[in-house]
Amino acid sequence: MNTTLHTSRRSPFLGTYALLVFAFLYLPILVLILYSFNRSGVGGFPPKEFTLDWYRQVFTDGPLWTSVLNSLLVAAGAVTLSLVLGLLAALALDRVDFPGKSIFRRLVLLPLILPGIITGLSLLMFAVFAGLQLSLLTVFLGHGTALLSVATTELFAGLQKMDRAQEEASLDLGATPWQTFWRITVPNLKLSLIAAGLLIFTLSMDEIAVTFFLIGRDNTLPLEIWARLRRGITPEINAISTLIFCFSVSLILIWYRMRTRTMGTDARELLEKP
Amino acid sequence: MFSRSYKVFISLPPLLWVTLFLLIPYALMFAHSFWLVRDGVISREWNLHNYAKLFQNPVYLEVLFRSIGIAAGVTLLSLLLGYPLAYYMSFHVSARKDLLYQLVIVPLWVSYLVRGYAWKTILGSQGVLNGFLEYLHITNEPVSFFLYSPFAVVLMLTHIYTPFVFLPLYASLEHIPRNLIEASHDLGAGPRKTFLRIILPLSLPGLLAGATFAFVLALGDFLAPLLVGGPSSIMIANIVQSLFGTAYDWPLGAAISVCILLITVTLLFLAERLEKRWSFR
Repeated sequence: MNTTLHTSRRSPFLGTYALLVFAFLYLPILVLILYSFNRSGVGGFPPKEFTLDWYRQVFTDGPLWTSVLNSLLVAAGAVTLSLVLGLLAALALDRVDFPGKSIFRRLVLLPLILPGIITGLSLLMFAVFAGLQLSLLTVFLGHGTALLSVATTELFAGLQKMDRAQEEASLDLGATPWQTFWRITVPNLKLSLIAAGLLIFTLSMDEIAVTFFLIGRDNTLPLEIWARLRRGITPEINAISTLIFCFSVSLILIWYRMRTRTMGTDARELLEKP
Repeated sequence: MFSRSYKVFISLPPLLWVTLFLLIPYALMFAHSFWLVRDGVISREWNLHNYAKLFQNPVYLEVLFRSIGIAAGVTLLSLLLGYPLAYYMSFHVSARKDLLYQLVIVPLWVSYLVRGYAWKTILGSQGVLNGFLEYLHITNEPVSFFLYSPFAVVLMLTHIYTPFVFLPLYASLEHIPRNLIEASHDLGAGPRKTFLRIILPLSLPGLLAGATFAFVLALGDFLAPLLVGGPSSIMIANIVQSLFGTAYDWPLGAAISVCILLITVTLLFLAERLEKRWSFR
């Protein structure tokens, strides 16, 4: 490792710069958390008087929790829909040659690279054209379709890393494609499926640009927050955001634990086998 | 290897879904841009009035150029923050690399809206920054120009897109074979020359990916101007949004959307071409 000699030379300037970038990235989050405990609400410096009032307010806030429930419903639906279709799409892109394949590939990815407003409005026009009433159902369709891009990319990448010999062996030994799909393909893609699912879940929970145009009478959490922000600054938003932040961070931690554990057992199995 | 029925089974559902929920909606957007509103209803008469309006009314072009300016500012700032950070983490950090990497990603788990709102509480005239400045006796009265300005929009969007710019950059820096750098040093090139001749060219794919991503998404943003921007920083997507809302002119809104879409697709195409050219060198 001679390279470390050259490249890891101490660089106080770069180190300080990196620290400042981190400070910039974390400043709003720290402010958010700090002021969720501030009695006089948002703003002013320094924060005075510690309080849990905003959290108490959040827990008794009916409409807010209804919107959380709506968001969870939409996210669960979007994860299921996009994982199922994304898995099929990834498999199709991997092993089927059909006419228009390159167009299909680009089309699936479009919602990922276009500003959300374009996809949201297109789907709004489609809903009106098809006579669909705007509701959580249209939001779910929008999320599922837009996030299909994420599922397809993640699962396609997972497929490329997969050992093909197992599928081949399974088919050669007389298993039907269906059996091979369930017993070989899906278990092998388990980690990619979980990773994609978590990513889609959090993206859906936070989606606003597409949702904005497809929402009916029931709000999702981001739109409920948006409606409140329009009315003015409200400290309970700090409290609910802090809660969601802690929830998502613990979700990532759990996932990392899980991944390292499965990787550990895989390694052990490998070592213990004669 | 796979049977025909298996192939049909895996390709038909996603094909149908994408046709129904992506191809037809995007096609409808194109169609709308050639229609018009007559007596408060959308009339399917094919015409080019919407596009003519775009180029005749200076307001639209002015807002479009402002949006491009804001998006370019966001891209540049995100690169200025993201590149040195990625470079530092890839070449100067050896212990706890993974932890630092996670630390860059964690802010992405805070809602877009909430981060915008946090900036609003920081920059507002009753906000944290003004409170802080008064606390230190740097100012005596609230400074009002922090919030509701294009500056606030650029700041908020830079905060949001810096991690996105960082990720592909870091990945491409990590992929640079370390023996190339060693060779460069051994052949007598200094750190600056090594950076300009080896590291920078090899990180260009990641740089391009991050930059196009930030530019395109910032260009189409309509929430940041509403949240922290105020009237002086209305962006092109705000006009689209109001045309689809209170102003009720879907065809004109669709025409502007098509323009945004064309700019986006052109940029992505150019980025792809450039990347191919560089990767073959």
